[in-house]
Amino acid sequence: MAKNTNSTSYEFYKQKNKEEMKYQLITFALMIIFTLVSFGMVIAEYNPMFTIPVIILLACVQVGFQLYYFMHMSHKGHGLPALFLYSGVFVALLTVLAMVTIVWW
Amino acid sequence: MSTATAQKKGFGATLWDYLTTVDHKKIAILYLVAGGIFFLAGGLEAMLIRIQLAVPDNDFVSAGLYNQLITMHGTTMIFLAAMPLIFALMNIAVPLQIGARDVAFPFLNSLGFWLFFFGGVLLNVSWFTGGAPDAGWTAYAPLSTTSPGHGVDYYVMGLQISGAGTLIGGINFLVTIVNMRAPGMTYMRMPLFTWTAFVTSVLILFAFPALTVGLFLMMFDRMFGANFFDPQMGGNHVIWEHLFWIFGHPEVYILVLPIFGLFSDIISTFSKKRLFGYSAMVFAVVLIGFLGFMVWAHHMFTTGLGPVANSIFAIATMAIAVPTGIKIFNWIFTMWGGSIRMTTPMLWTVAFIPSFTLGGFGGVMLAAAAADYQYHDTYFVVAHFHYVIVGGVVFGVFAGLHYWWPKFFGTMLSEKLGKLAFWPFFIGFHLTFFIQHFLGLMGMPRRYWKFLPNQDLDLGNLVSTIGAFLMAIGAVIFLINVIVTSVKGEKVSGDPWDGRTLEWSIPSPPPFYNFTQTPLVRGLDPLWIEKRQGNGKMTPAEPLGDIHMPNNSFIPFVMSLGLFIAGFGFIYQVDDKNWLIVGIAGMLITLGSMFVRSVKDDLGYHIHKEDLEKGAGSE
Ligand code: HEM
Ligand SMILES: [Cu+2]
Repeated sequence: MAKNTNSTSYEFYKQKNKEEMKYQLITFALMIIFTLVSFGMVIAEYNPMFTIPVIILLACVQVGFQLYYFMHMSHKGHGLPALFLYSGVFVALLTVLAMVTIVWW
Repeated sequence: MSTATAQKKGFGATLWDYLTTVDHKKIAILYLVAGGIFFLAGGLEAMLIRIQLAVPDNDFVSAGLYNQLITMHGTTMIFLAAMPLIFALMNIAVPLQIGARDVAFPFLNSLGFWLFFFGGVLLNVSWFTGGAPDAGWTAYAPLSTTSPGHGVDYYVMGLQISGAGTLIGGINFLVTIVNMRAPGMTYMRMPLFTWTAFVTSVLILFAFPALTVGLFLMMFDRMFGANFFDPQMGGNHVIWEHLFWIFGHPEVYILVLPIFGLFSDIISTFSKKRLFGYSAMVFAVVLIGFLGFMVWAHHMFTTGLGPVANSIFAIATMAIAVPTGIKIFNWIFTMWGGSIRMTTPMLWTVAFIPSFTLGGFGGVMLAAAAADYQYHDTYFVVAHFHYVIVGGVVFGVFAGLHYWWPKFFGTMLSEKLGKLAFWPFFIGFHLTFFIQHFLGLMGMPRRYWKFLPNQDLDLGNLVSTIGAFLMAIGAVIFLINVIVTSVKGEKVSGDPWDGRTLEWSIPSPPPFYNFTQTPLVRGLDPLWIEKRQGNGKMTPAEPLGDIHMPNNSFIPFVMSLGLFIAGFGFIYQVDDKNWLIVGIAGMLITLGSMFVRSVKDDLGYHIHKEDLEKGAGSE
């Protein structure tokens, strides 16, 4: 009986790991593509007003991939670190926003 | 080692024990002693300021020395007195209240203390090396960047080092509260003091980096020829103000929130009632912490931010009064209908409520941006922040020390002397600061060295000085109380106040491993529940077993000493590049000790079950 549950849970984790591996590979490929696109845009000398925002956007998405697929933030039990991370991001953004709007504008 | 605390030890052994300790209760005592000494230094500076201002056109101290006095008074009181005293209370109480054997990272706890301590000493060395910092505790550029001599350099290095210590301490408490709670101690069963320690630690985590960055930029401006704050070179001095207050406003809540929590615990204990509106109290604390990050520009209304920014920040600031009001009412409702015991901690608490509320009223007045053009940089502001900081934080520290003295030292401060200290301090406090509101409204600017006679400022200032002397008398009586109590050395039981929370379920002072068996928590005010529904003792959540303890370590001391030495090197390399050698030597000491710490395994030791049964470590 005990052996039985063990083997089913083994199968279950094997399946899960496989799925996770798949996601990691996909995101890894996507990240390389993003990087190539970024470099490509610079090399092709598009208008910087277009290139810079797009690169920043791609960078944000990459950070998300990193956190969720490579650093396992999508797993259970990471609620608190996520909360702290987002609070930190919030405070930092507020600072930058204030600097941009009332100091340098 | 494991039973060492039980025997009487010589002075040398005791000193070594404290230099190397990683026990949160001993670190609490270190914070208490160091913070207490800095509090006395800051108090002495305050007395000198008040003597200078006692009569018009006084020449008691010179203008330059006066600037150093006000700068060091503010800096010392905030960073070197209030912060460590709060850390003393958090260290003694938080692990006990959550049923933990220590904080999550005992080594870091000790490192945090020694960094704070050496930073504070570095700052004060400036008195003896040609002049203390003199640009105000806010160190606004360009006053600070152009201040001659090395005073402000000491400010930058001293605060940088002690700030690192505070950051480390804050992170340590976060991890402790998240991970080390006893079984059953859910978030919504934590005592309010632990809750506020948690929120304060979050604020430390998010606010101190802004100070670190600001000090870093200032260090480069002053010592390495950078121009971050010099408009003529393309810099901008308003950036310093923003960075300082992005840190500075949360800082005032870092100070006062744990005190809010402490008062909540005290009120509930001495009213023999469950805290009224527990979840509203928790919500209010979190909300204050959150809003605290969106109001910093209320210190900069007159900087010229423009009407839009001023209005936004004014409204955000006034919003904070709402959760604060929730707390005030909940405290009153907790006392309402309770069976109140007017012990010394309760006396400070009851005095706190109206005093702090007056400070809050002043704050809301200041938050009206248009009106602030009149109040800003006058004694009205000085009155406001002393009402909240003395009426809140200092009253709170006194209350907390009386309340937890048994957990610190196993003795009880005398109730009689405690009340005797309270009255002169309380009356003196209101005499000193209430009248400063009016001095401010009459136009007396803050930080001025002297004022002229016959401008209706004479009487107010004299009254203020007399009040300051009364406060000093109160503080001296408290010190006498401490001395008398330790000379008498009468031991008390583990639960002298008939307490409600876990720290009262173990002996005073607690054995060095705190809980022989981790307690099982069945609800809010766990000990009270057992007193009411059980046999008055906590049910253990685990069988008696070996306890794993960390080893003492001298490395934190050496690590901080290295930075202390490096500080001098960086300060004086401005005059002579050879001093860089000292800077590098100091950094090598620090990095070397970090290296040793990383490569040497230090696995701690176990107290064995058999020794526990024989009562190891309990006194
Ligand atoms: C209802 C809550 C509060 C409001 C609305 C408020 C508002 C303000 C405002 C608008 C100022 C700037 C005045 C000026 O420079 O012209 C100020 C200064 C100050 N407040 Fe508050 N405050 C509140 C609570 C607190 C608390 C709880 C503390 C500390 C425990 C505190 C500490 C200070 C300090 C230290 C300053 C002066 C800083 C300096 O310029 O040196 N305040 N407050
Ligand atoms: Cu503020």
